[in-house]
Amino acid sequence: MHKESDIRIPLILGDKNYKDITDDVIRPIESKAPKGWYILISIFGIFALWGVGCIVYLLGTGVGVWGLNKTVEWAWDITNFVWWVGIGHAGTLISAVLLLFRQKWRMAINRASEAMTIFAVMMAGLFPLIHMGRLWVGYWVFPLPNQFGSMWVNVNSPLFWDVFAISTYFSVGMVFWYIGLIPDFATIRDRVTKPLAKRAYGILSFGWTGNAKAWNRFEIVSLVLAGLATPLVFSVHSIVSFDFATSVIPGWHTTIFPPYFVSGAVFSGFAMVQTLMLVLRKAFKLEAYLHTKHIEYMNIIILTTGSIVGVAYITELFISWYSGVEYEAYAFLNRATGPYWWSYAAMMTCNVVSPQLMWSKKLRTNLTFTFILAAVVNVGMWFERFVIIVTSIHRDYVPSAWSYFHPTWVDIGIYVGTLGIFFVLYLLFARYFPVLPIAELKTILKSSGENYKKGFGHGEGYYDSHIEKH
Amino acid sequence: MTDKVIYAMYDDDDVTKEACQSLVDNGVHVADVFSPFPIHGIDPIIGIKHTRLGIAAFMYGITGLLLAIIATRYFMVSDWHGINIGGKPNFSYLENIPSFVPILFEFTVLCAAHGMALTYFLRNKTLPGMPARNPDPRTTDDRFVVEVRLAENSNFSLDQLNDMIKETGIVEIDEKTIK
Repeated sequence: MHKESDIRIPLILGDKNYKDITDDVIRPIESKAPKGWYILISIFGIFALWGVGCIVYLLGTGVGVWGLNKTVEWAWDITNFVWWVGIGHAGTLISAVLLLFRQKWRMAINRASEAMTIFAVMMAGLFPLIHMGRLWVGYWVFPLPNQFGSMWVNVNSPLFWDVFAISTYFSVGMVFWYIGLIPDFATIRDRVTKPLAKRAYGILSFGWTGNAKAWNRFEIVSLVLAGLATPLVFSVHSIVSFDFATSVIPGWHTTIFPPYFVSGAVFSGFAMVQTLMLVLRKAFKLEAYLHTKHIEYMNIIILTTGSIVGVAYITELFISWYSGVEYEAYAFLNRATGPYWWSYAAMMTCNVVSPQLMWSKKLRTNLTFTFILAAVVNVGMWFERFVIIVTSIHRDYVPSAWSYFHPTWVDIGIYVGTLGIFFVLYLLFARYFPVLPIAELKTILKSSGENYKKGFGHGEGYYDSHIEKH
Repeated sequence: MTDKVIYAMYDDDDVTKEACQSLVDNGVHVADVFSPFPIHGIDPIIGIKHTRLGIAAFMYGITGLLLAIIATRYFMVSDWHGINIGGKPNFSYLENIPSFVPILFEFTVLCAAHGMALTYFLRNKTLPGMPARNPDPRTTDDRFVVEVRLAENSNFSLDQLNDMIKETGIVEIDEKTIK
């Protein structure tokens, strides 16, 4: 058995045994949904419907209903796309990178944040699709044999790389998530009594048996998928940043973009995990599995990635001056002091200044403060993308083409709509899926459970051997 | 051919492991162990070989890489021969390869991950709609079941096996006749 130092704070609090873990995680699925769940899903459902309506209106009328003009031809759509992809980075990072580093605390958050990742990437993928205008020929982005002769997609183009990166990331993330879910679905299948639920979870659990060979394969599949997903996480947001970095627009043409985008993505992803998990642990009474120490670990990651992002902002500013390129220097000066100064200020305050408060242990272990800060970071990261995209192009090379971007109600409606769809999906996940990995939590109970650490665990075998040793 | 199967149930993973060890030491062949989570270190005791899924994933990855190389070469160099796109050298695959790296990488990962996942489902016989095949519903909760088959232990009688198993700290024992 893997031993853990006694001075480490236990990951599972209280006097738990294997059955308690099953009970605690499955209780919300078995019991009736609380009133709050119905209220929330109705509110977000209305948002989602409004968003769908805006999309239908957009497709019927054309991209002209957005606030774009001939100078600012990319604005909210791509900002939202990058924002959602960024949020979709924490899930795979938690389950893949933290698995490779053997960070057991990931088990409190990996399942729910992978779900968040999948839903966020779905929302991200929506924006390029609707921006095409003709949604029904969306499959043209793939290199398919066609009747037009040698009509291929341009493999030199970062936009095409993005298609491959996002679709690979989405499908691999989905498979990774589902393979982890199968044993837990089997646990629910073997417990529920209602015939419909039993049948549904029976189908979802794929006939999982939990025999020794299956578990042997399960562990290798998880490890190899984690190994594959780790470079994938970094590649996806690097490639998203190539959409901008390989262009020749001052403000976009920067080699710092890949690492800067990746750390920004992790930063915003963890902020969204905090927002969702703080609500989830309270509503489902999962404080024993996701306690202040977990929140603190995540806050430390937010602080680290937030500082990397801050350094990147300042490096960008410095290099724009140091390069001696007037266009580049002006692009950054204009960002900070031009007509969009307010968005730059919002970005700097939310992303650079506010995470520094996490140096204080008192603040980073305070749950209310964490919740507020997570929201601030999410707002800040939205502004970061807005600043990069809109302020770099709103002042064209020719001053007569200078312009200002005003979002229309369709721009806002679609963004609000994706928030609605995202939260509806998330609420459905929380209601019907196990939000913590039941099987994985049981593997760390003996090494990181509070009761076992103090020496009064459950099960004869453990108790006897423990007494003998002491 | 009918066969008798003994299911011995335990309530702790370490006890299960010790029980398997003592049974194997006595010369009993343990057919399988069902548990709610992976019991580390039990595979060598009951003689389960390490899975080769990792090798399979590597092969799928190599296949994906080759396919991506063939495809990008065909699209960009062979079919679109000599078209100048952004000054990138389309006449030579080797010189143009840096801008294909993202696609080569993503497609390698795509094939390795999905190939491995599919193989995993097929090898485990876990597919949508398959019936539950664990001997007791509690093995996905907090119970551990060791399966011993009479046909695989021809040196022992059913009673001898039962006696040996009963000495190992079981909580329940069950016998079944299977076809």
